[in-house]
Amino acid sequence: MSGVLYSLVALGFVLILKTSGVFNFAQGAMVLFAALAMARVAEWLPQWLGFESLLLANIVAFAIAGAIMCVVAWLVERLVLRHLVNQSDATLLMATLGIAYFLDGLGQTAFGSGIYSIDVGMPKDPIFVLESVFPGGILLNKEDLIATVIASALVGLLTLFFMKTSTGRALRAVADDHQAAQSIGIPLNRIWVIVWCVAGVVALVAGVIWGSKLGVQFSLSTVALRALPVIILGGLTSIPGAIVGGLIIGVGEKLSELYLGPMIGGGIEIWFAYVLALVFLLFRPQGLFGEKIIDRV
Amino acid sequence: MFYRENGQLKTSYEADQQIFPIAQDRWAIVGLVAFAIVGVPLLADEYTFSAILIPFLILSLAALGVNILVGYCGQISMGSGAFMAVGAYAAYNTLVRVDGMPLLLALLSGGFFATVVGMFFGIPSLRVKGLYLAVATLAAQFLSDWAFLRIPWFTNYSTSGSVMVSELQMFGWRIDTAVEKYLFCLGFLIVFAVLAKNLVRSAIGREWMAVRDMDVAAAVIGIRITYAKLSAFAVSSFIIGVAGALWGFVHLGAWEPAAFGLDRSFQLLFIVIIGGMGSIMGSFFGAAFIVVLPIALSQALPALGSLAGIAVSTAAVSHAEFMIFGALIVWFLIVEPHGLARLWSTGKQKLRLWPFPH
Repeated sequence: MSGVLYSLVALGFVLILKTSGVFNFAQGAMVLFAALAMARVAEWLPQWLGFESLLLANIVAFAIAGAIMCVVAWLVERLVLRHLVNQSDATLLMATLGIAYFLDGLGQTAFGSGIYSIDVGMPKDPIFVLESVFPGGILLNKEDLIATVIASALVGLLTLFFMKTSTGRALRAVADDHQAAQSIGIPLNRIWVIVWCVAGVVALVAGVIWGSKLGVQFSLSTVALRALPVIILGGLTSIPGAIVGGLIIGVGEKLSELYLGPMIGGGIEIWFAYVLALVFLLFRPQGLFGEKIIDRV
Repeated sequence: MFYRENGQLKTSYEADQQIFPIAQDRWAIVGLVAFAIVGVPLLADEYTFSAILIPFLILSLAALGVNILVGYCGQISMGSGAFMAVGAYAAYNTLVRVDGMPLLLALLSGGFFATVVGMFFGIPSLRVKGLYLAVATLAAQFLSDWAFLRIPWFTNYSTSGSVMVSELQMFGWRIDTAVEKYLFCLGFLIVFAVLAKNLVRSAIGREWMAVRDMDVAAAVIGIRITYAKLSAFAVSSFIIGVAGALWGFVHLGAWEPAAFGLDRSFQLLFIVIIGGMGSIMGSFFGAAFIVVLPIALSQALPALGSLAGIAVSTAAVSHAEFMIFGALIVWFLIVEPHGLARLWSTGKQKLRLWPFPH
């Protein structure tokens, strides 16, 4: 069920893209950075403060990591985005690539570059469901189940936030047109900080779930690359698209590896998602849930 | 005072249409090329050739290709590494499989196959654009990484998964010293730079730029979008493919698919961005910057560290490189979004009026 995790990472992409028009290549680096921060702080806290409780350490570490992500968001806005208002998409994309490089380096400098584990006490034993429907039932990991619940809760919250609050509306206005939003008095800078904060926290959640499953290490930042076809498939600016796309890609990858893999040599997980997204794009350029693109001269 | 173009009258269309209409530019470029051919081999040592100059030449060549696609035609591509890989492996295969295949032809066939693959991956550009396309071209990258790793035919069933080219030979000229390799690459670069420069000045170059600036408007005024986009993909991947073949044959000698991984694609994109999108000159500046920066950093950081009394480990250096690299990219985008090429032209403008400020 890596699909859920893809969804979570993709969600971070979509959030920033939808609300600031920036295609954030740094999302993967943010996931790595957040997970590293969380893992290390949780490891260090008991030593510093001298308490034993793992739960407490995790909660505090999560809060600290969240705070760090917000600081990162603020710095990104302050140092980078503020100076790049009204630049072309390509320029902004490049800037986020720069941020990604920076975060990769910073994270490993500050928190070390080994492999760390996050132990949030998630139940790991698998359970069987629907045993009455299928013989043997479906094997489900409790961990995945929890991840799914968290992901859907997050999506629900974010959707509410976008639709119902004035900040959410302001965010959507900024996404449509920086200049126009600015001219009607939406504080662009604050909006960007908020969006990057939220994206940072989403990255943290994704990082924690992923990290508790497979450990935190550098390869985590490449997860973002696996999440890119997800948002392509789902339509760049659609939050439900990110979720559905993530599930399709997650399931598709496993199935393709299982059935196609032996025929053409295995390891096709890497590109399957991309080819799927590519073929899909040829038929529906705006993705599953994307908005219809209208071009005007 | 150095840079007066008044008095340089053009009396024919040919004179008016040349690449460098100003005499000073012309002589500077001729001098530079002459220096690169004659002067550099006399001055540089072995290390400089293999660590700086040859990578610089080949990356400049690849950046030319990327610049045509990204800078001139506005199709953001993140699959350049894949096209380099296709060029390298296709050249290798033609060299190995066809008896008596001349080196030059093998390299060009690398370009040819890259063209075919590039056009294939250019097809999505007809329907999607901008960010969608950027991601779609990543498909090329991942496919090539996988294919050259997993399909043994491409590596001529080599057991280690890496391929090796020994004995570069062209018209009886054996290219084995660093200087010869340098000159060989330089030859390619000069030819392709002149071709590319003329191409972007011609009608097709104008079409590319029109598509880049606004493709709907370009279509309205009668530019064939399909033709323009696919031709940009074709030309660009041909150049990138040749550069890839050179990278494998001349620079590396033996290589694995990882040599043309995603990082290579990003690197090429950075070169174009830092050097200047839509500028042939910019490709050279960007490549020089990207090649020299890591070397300079790996030299400077431990030195600085020892000054401050801190022992800088290799891991710390590589992390710091990441950080400085990222910060520099961002800084560049903020300070000079049009890249080094714009700084260059600003400098020329200033020289024109020197010593007067206006």
